[in-house]
Amino acid sequence: MPRPQPVEGAKVTTMTAAQATPLLRASSGELPDRIFKYVMTTCGLAVLGVLGLIVYELVLRSGPSWHTSGFKFFAGSDWDPVNEHFGALPFIYGTLVSSLLALIIAVPLAVGVAVFTTEMCPQSLRGPLSFFVELLAAIPSVIYGLWAIFILVPLLSQYVQPFLASTLGWTGLFEGPPYGFGMLAAGIVLAIMIVPIISSITREVLMVVPQHQREGVLALGATRWEMIRVGVLRNARAGIVGGIILGLGRALGETMAVTMVIGNRPEIAKSLFASGYTMASVLANEFSEATGDVYLSALIEIGLALFLVTIVVNAMARLLVWSVTRGQPARGLA
Amino acid sequence: MPEIAANSPHAVAQIDWRRRILDRVMTGVAVLTVLVVLAPLVAIFSYLVYKGVGSINWAFLTQIPKPVGEAGGGMANAIVGSVLILGIASVIGIPFGVGAGIYLAEFGRNRQGSIIRFTADVLNGVPSIVIGIVAYAIVVLRQKHFSALAGGVALAIMMVPTICRTTEEMLLLVPQALREAAYGLGVPYWRTTLSITLRTATSGVITGIMLAFARVAGETAPLLFTSLGNEYWNLRVDQPTAAIPLEIFKYAISPYDEWHRQAWAAALVLIVLIVSSVAAVRYVVRRGTFGAA
Repeated sequence: MPRPQPVEGAKVTTMTAAQATPLLRASSGELPDRIFKYVMTTCGLAVLGVLGLIVYELVLRSGPSWHTSGFKFFAGSDWDPVNEHFGALPFIYGTLVSSLLALIIAVPLAVGVAVFTTEMCPQSLRGPLSFFVELLAAIPSVIYGLWAIFILVPLLSQYVQPFLASTLGWTGLFEGPPYGFGMLAAGIVLAIMIVPIISSITREVLMVVPQHQREGVLALGATRWEMIRVGVLRNARAGIVGGIILGLGRALGETMAVTMVIGNRPEIAKSLFASGYTMASVLANEFSEATGDVYLSALIEIGLALFLVTIVVNAMARLLVWSVTRGQPARGLA
Repeated sequence: MPEIAANSPHAVAQIDWRRRILDRVMTGVAVLTVLVVLAPLVAIFSYLVYKGVGSINWAFLTQIPKPVGEAGGGMANAIVGSVLILGIASVIGIPFGVGAGIYLAEFGRNRQGSIIRFTADVLNGVPSIVIGIVAYAIVVLRQKHFSALAGGVALAIMMVPTICRTTEEMLLLVPQALREAAYGLGVPYWRTTLSITLRTATSGVITGIMLAFARVAGETAPLLFTSLGNEYWNLRVDQPTAAIPLEIFKYAISPYDEWHRQAWAAALVLIVLIVSSVAAVRYVVRRGTFGAA
């Protein structure tokens, strides 16, 4: 605000009410409007400011680690805080593998749910069904973790993992003792968590596919599935990919549920039964106990890397979704 | 001869038959995916109720945690701590979020507006643990100790993008004619925006605020190294504070059965809080001015 407030206030109080009224009325069209615009613009710019602040703090605080390790930080697989050797490769590996595993499980499920709710199910079932699927997104991460520790992990170690080891053990992906905790459990929990994200974006994208596309394909004698495949899914491809990438972004940064089930050991193993560690979970476990500037700054550097990756992934996803739904208020069609 | 066979009515019928089977199969697959997706939802809620209800009692809601090995105790301090942290987050996050939403809807039809809109969407996808680091750097390092304030700041940063974008959407739904009518009566722009536009969109804006609130209410990661947790009562903004999600995490990974029991109880309390606010949101949207939105 360019003008100092007290001066104006003092002026008004020295005038009689009759004198003051026209002055107030004249100014109300200009000064208050300008002040209002400044205040709202400040709020808008604060959003930019927050992003700037995140970048500034992360870059500033990760400086010491960057100076000690340089690029070796991302290539080394040795994480030894006691001797101040910091290599982030096991965490990067764990984050990538658990997220990809989650995508492999979640994408067919999410697209299936979206197709069912938009194209197949009766109108009356649509609302409740999407409500229930989105309810999955409302469950806090820590509750997923709690459920996974006490229900999913025992289930995996008793039934699923022995079965996988005996049938698909030859691939080398399902070897080792079936403890339950590990990469597989993390991937499954992540998959449950990102299904609602992917399916709600896919649903929005499917709903903006013009109705005459469907009618046209049906008129050519296609069955419903052929209509969905040719007329709907093919048109919505870019948007669905956007939704998938958005889900990937969420999986990469997901912390609590993964930390609770992945086993938390910084090693790189081929088997999905083995323990792993992700970038987010090492932050969750070690940040508040980190002693020494280099250790703390190494953790913040992991945070910076995680931030940059999710920014790129999210920006990509948003652009893809926008390219499909642009100009259409997708929500209004619900 | 293959050509003749392909043209015979018998072959056409056969292809038709295959296509129809495929259609049925894919419908079945779609139904199956819905069941597979809804199974964890049912499993989680039923276990929460099954394990949680038996563990919630008066002591759980009114006492602070007992030392390890002693039965009983509760999480009253964590419930109060959560309310304190969420209160701080709301006080900071809601005005900024609504303000930014008003800016985008009323003044943001330009390049600067699109940049801010895009930034808000991207900010929405930043991992919560990274927001925690930033709150640690901004508040904890300056204050020299963990505090409820730091946790509140972290959650506020997470609330702003959601509130901002829903506020914008809701304000844009308000018919232009209403604004024009207000100008026509000589109402200044700021008055029009606050008393006409924002007022009309109130129910939608509140929906956005509650969605953001429900989302951050269960957040654990950004609180781990900002509000840290506390065994005892704390009502001071500048001290470490307990929160329900933090307690669930601590108790779930502990080796004690008594603590596991309490973790389930705390999870049930948390989910009831969150689901009831989501349900309230839907109720408000249905009954609100913009039922179709």
